[in-house]
Amino acid sequence: MLEIKNLHVSIEEKKIIKGLNLTINKGEVHALMGPNGSGKSTLSYVLSGKDKYEIDNGTIEYNEKNLLELDVDERANEGLFLAFQYPMEIPGVQTSFFLKTAINSKRKYLGQSEMDALEFAKLMKSKAEELNINTEMLKRDLNVNYSGGEKKKQEILQMSMLSPKMAILDETDSGLDIDALRIVSEGVNKLKSKENSFLVITHYQRLLNYIKPDFVHIIADGRIVKSGDYSLALELEEKGYEEISKSA
Amino acid sequence: MAATEQTIKQVNTLGDTDYKYGFSTELDEIRPPKGLNEDIIKFISAQKDEPEWMLDWRLNAFKVFNKLPKPEWAKLNIPEIDYQDCYYYSIPKSLKDKPKSLDEIDPEIIKTYEKLGIPLKEQKMLSGIAVDAVFDSVSVATTYKKQLSDLGIVFCSISEAVKTHPDLVKKYLGSVIPVSDHSFAALNSAVFTDGSFIYIPEGVRCPVELSTYFRINAMNTGQFERTLIIADKDSYVSYLEGCTAPMRDENQLHAANVELVALDNAEIKYSTVQNWYPGDKEGKGGIYNFVTKRGACRGKNSKISWTQVETGSAITWKYPSCILQGDNSKGEFYSVAITNNMQQADTGTKMIHIGKNTSSKIISKGISAGKANNTYRGLVNILSKAKNARNFTQCDSLLIGNKCGAHTVPYIESSNSDSMVEHEATTSKINEDQLFYCQQRGLNSEDAVGLIVNGFCKEVLQHLPMEFAVEAQKLVAISLEGSVG
Repeated sequence: MLEIKNLHVSIEEKKIIKGLNLTINKGEVHALMGPNGSGKSTLSYVLSGKDKYEIDNGTIEYNEKNLLELDVDERANEGLFLAFQYPMEIPGVQTSFFLKTAINSKRKYLGQSEMDALEFAKLMKSKAEELNINTEMLKRDLNVNYSGGEKKKQEILQMSMLSPKMAILDETDSGLDIDALRIVSEGVNKLKSKENSFLVITHYQRLLNYIKPDFVHIIADGRIVKSGDYSLALELEEKGYEEISKSA
Repeated sequence: MAATEQTIKQVNTLGDTDYKYGFSTELDEIRPPKGLNEDIIKFISAQKDEPEWMLDWRLNAFKVFNKLPKPEWAKLNIPEIDYQDCYYYSIPKSLKDKPKSLDEIDPEIIKTYEKLGIPLKEQKMLSGIAVDAVFDSVSVATTYKKQLSDLGIVFCSISEAVKTHPDLVKKYLGSVIPVSDHSFAALNSAVFTDGSFIYIPEGVRCPVELSTYFRINAMNTGQFERTLIIADKDSYVSYLEGCTAPMRDENQLHAANVELVALDNAEIKYSTVQNWYPGDKEGKGGIYNFVTKRGACRGKNSKISWTQVETGSAITWKYPSCILQGDNSKGEFYSVAITNNMQQADTGTKMIHIGKNTSSKIISKGISAGKANNTYRGLVNILSKAKNARNFTQCDSLLIGNKCGAHTVPYIESSNSDSMVEHEATTSKINEDQLFYCQQRGLNSEDAVGLIVNGFCKEVLQHLPMEFAVEAQKLVAISLEGSVG
């Protein structure tokens, strides 16, 4: 699904990612953990194609395509989804309209006809119910005056409606209370299948109690310093980043 | 097909970045020679078979025009206009003998309207829009007349009204915009060609949206629209004008005068979607859109509401205003002005508070892209008798790219101590993180800009009649195509 080889990334001449390798296969859930400034979010932006990041070296292959050659929207329409750490507010644009526009952009890209209003309404209603989202909320402007928890639920709703092949969750747990965390995690778990993959970026082991990863990677100073299974997350919680990074 | 559907379909079939109305129709025309003089004015008047008082009025306006300097307050770079190098009258020949029914109209003209998405045929009128279509200088066909006249509503071309309702025309023409207001107003008064006339009698609520499409077709022709709308006591009318013009290399002049009069408890809602040809990317060609629009709230509790979406024209110079004479009267101005490439716009409003408890609201959204300049210019003037007057103004500017300009020039004059004036203004650049977010959800960069800008304009667009809101949204997106690299 995704193969990152020897990736070097800098921003304004400052090196952030320094030789990162990561392979994610279909059906796998990977967790990427690391301290602040280790390059976690940079990786999510590089994968989704945000500009201003300079790729100094390395390759990223996604579904047998050279990911780095695709535009942001092409990557999205090829099934790569980023759940934002800080979802953007777009005043004057109703959330449901945004969702519909996103779905139809993808359908257009794939050469499919637009989803009609009724079909869309049904899909939105069923997905919103799964996530305990009141559909009234979807009539409001996108993310405007949403609470932190509402924004994150909204991201997961978008994800489940777009059903991506490769989803990156960038610190989705930050700012969530325990109930919201559970609902968001359940949403992710429902979406999980043999056909798609997840990269879950987080500071804390807490989220991984709900979304069980197949692999855990620890990133420090722009490199993956240790990989393992779920037990690595527990070990990390006990010992802290510093000790683990040192022992690596 | 319903008009709404047709409009939507029309909009959906748009080509890429090219101006979609850039076709011109081959027609034989009747034209006097170029130039502006008394003979031309007499020619126009004679062509229209006007009564003498009308000709005298025109000739007087021409005298006034000759004495007035060109208005210079706007932040616009207007090339010197050679009034003598312009045709002032042109009508397609086949219209010389006015058609009695739609079937008699030149099929070429009908085709043009079809390309514009204007439903002219009777069966297409069922969607609730009555159209008074202006093709160059003559009103082609006025539909819905019968239904409207049963209610006592007069909806016809101004040329016709001069003959059929001379008392109303004499009483109100020039009563809101004096001939001597400024030189464009005087020019229009001297050579106005056609436009709409509406009279809504006392106590009548006009059941349909009235609409006129203006279109400049002939090369080198100035179009001098003159519209007069009178809403008698306790009446209501909503009027929409849409404007397009074919693509030409040279500049064309459009100097319109629009006057509205609302008597006691009457309400007029006037909406404009202006999409004249803006010129090419280098600023060659395009319409000079010099428009004077003014409404008088003469009666108590009367209301006039202007909504405009200005996306076209090389230069837009336009300040739809309200004179709030009646006690408790209300004026509103909702505006979206978009300039891209080399376009210039200097637009805004004037709210003149004269009566007691008068209130006004101004919401202006200016969007600038390319190398364009966009100025909001507004005056809120509260006179000493206007006790308890209220005004709220909000001006938001959005910049796309770093070569364009946005300017806000509000004038506030208050001559009494118990009125309240609020002014809010913001200027922002289109947020790259918002764009990235939309693109990450699969929207291409142009769709993302269209979505964000439409959100920015929503407060204004929602005041448009439903049938046209969809078209306006598409226009907003189309006019910004190519603005993000």
